Amino acid sequence: MINKVIKDAQEAVKDIPSGSFLMMGGFGLSGIPENCISALLKREINGLTIVSNNAGVDDFGIGLLLKKKMVKKMISSYVGENAEFERQLLSGELEVDLIPQGTLAERVRAGGAGIPAFFTPAGVGTEVAEGKEIREFDGKLYLMERWLRADFSLVKAWKGDTAGNLIFKGTARNFNPIMAAAGKICIAEVEELVPAGELDPNQIHTPGIYVQRIFEGKDYEKRIEQRTVSHS
Amino acid sequence: MLTKEQIAQRIAQEVRNGQYINLGIGIPTLVANYIPEDLEVVLQSENGLLGIGPFPTEDKIDPDLINAGKQTITMVKGSVLFNSAESFAMIRGGHVHLTILGAMEVSENGDIANWKIPGKMVKGMGGAMDLVASAENIIVAMQHCSRSGDSKLLKECSLPITGIRCVKKIVTDLAVLEVAAEGGFILKERAPGVSVEEIQSKTEGKLIIEGEIPEMKF
Repeated sequence: MINKVIKDAQEAVKDIPSGSFLMMGGFGLSGIPENCISALLKREINGLTIVSNNAGVDDFGIGLLLKKKMVKKMISSYVGENAEFERQLLSGELEVDLIPQGTLAERVRAGGAGIPAFFTPAGVGTEVAEGKEIREFDGKLYLMERWLRADFSLVKAWKGDTAGNLIFKGTARNFNPIMAAAGKICIAEVEELVPAGELDPNQIHTPGIYVQRIFEGKDYEKRIEQRTVSHS
Repeated sequence: MLTKEQIAQRIAQEVRNGQYINLGIGIPTLVANYIPEDLEVVLQSENGLLGIGPFPTEDKIDPDLINAGKQTITMVKGSVLFNSAESFAMIRGGHVHLTILGAMEVSENGDIANWKIPGKMVKGMGGAMDLVASAENIIVAMQHCSRSGDSKLLKECSLPITGIRCVKKIVTDLAVLEVAAEGGFILKERAPGVSVEEIQSKTEGKLIIEGEIPEMKF
């Protein structure tokens, strides 16, 4: 087995240069690469383009990178819940591409799978379709979308092994597996790192071939955005 | 006039046994509370879950288990988890039977606007554009008029649209309406105590009234 293990988050992100095109897994604050984001915050880099479904909240997740003005452009589907984001967007400091969530997911999947473009019905007749090729298939209109590939993809898994194989937990899986495949260098942080052979091959979600660096993260906060309980 | 809970309750009557259903944020989420217990349906959450259960009790909260509105949830027996690309493959592939979502405006040909108010709100469309472009059956849950009293059932949407010619049915605080194939809102039911005249006066788009319009039953 090829050993993908590195020491920690600092080591993992130390060669990410200014102006990099990054992907970060997560939906809301669930399944985000907390350790890598903290390590990036300590680097003096900027001009980053980040593909992520959301942009964190003001004081957590990608919101911290925005606050430090490290981000030039976000490619996301939903960016509510973040006042600093909205301020930078309206003032023109930050560029934003808003993309339908399924199109975002498929563009990332296509990037990892070597499919340069595909047709989807999402956004036909809306401003999302502006400037894009429209074609009719079997009586319905579709628009062409391109793949997305990143210099580095930063993902978070529940368990991983030294060969880079990953298992996710709950809905923290979301964009993480497809982003792992779409990054030239995929950095995976995991809650528990085990020797190769300890994970059941039947249960692995992301094969280690997609992962170049893996480390065991620490101090996961796993902040909850909408704590909702039932009292029965 | 119906409360939000009553709108949800009325929409729950549209649910059929065996359906896979995606519920949007807001009133649509409340629909889950009113689905009759003898119906077997599965709720999809586009962040990667089929089989949404009730909200957890305090001791069962899991930060790794949320719905598309980022609320903590539980799973039911038979639930399954998957990634975001798989989730939208289900949606675009037509495997989700019913989509219920909120709207800011609906036009008489079934266009829907619910993702952007230029200059005011830039939050993004999330999964709404994929859902409305793909679902066979789309029901909109919304107030009949905006807070300032303007009709939300229009000839044409004034806000940037989310999808074209996709809405089949609308349940508001005043009425149940269907979108006619040739355009126009067919008035099907009135909220208890609400007159046809009131609905007419609060509907900017073409309202089609055929025969007696019954009151909604709960």
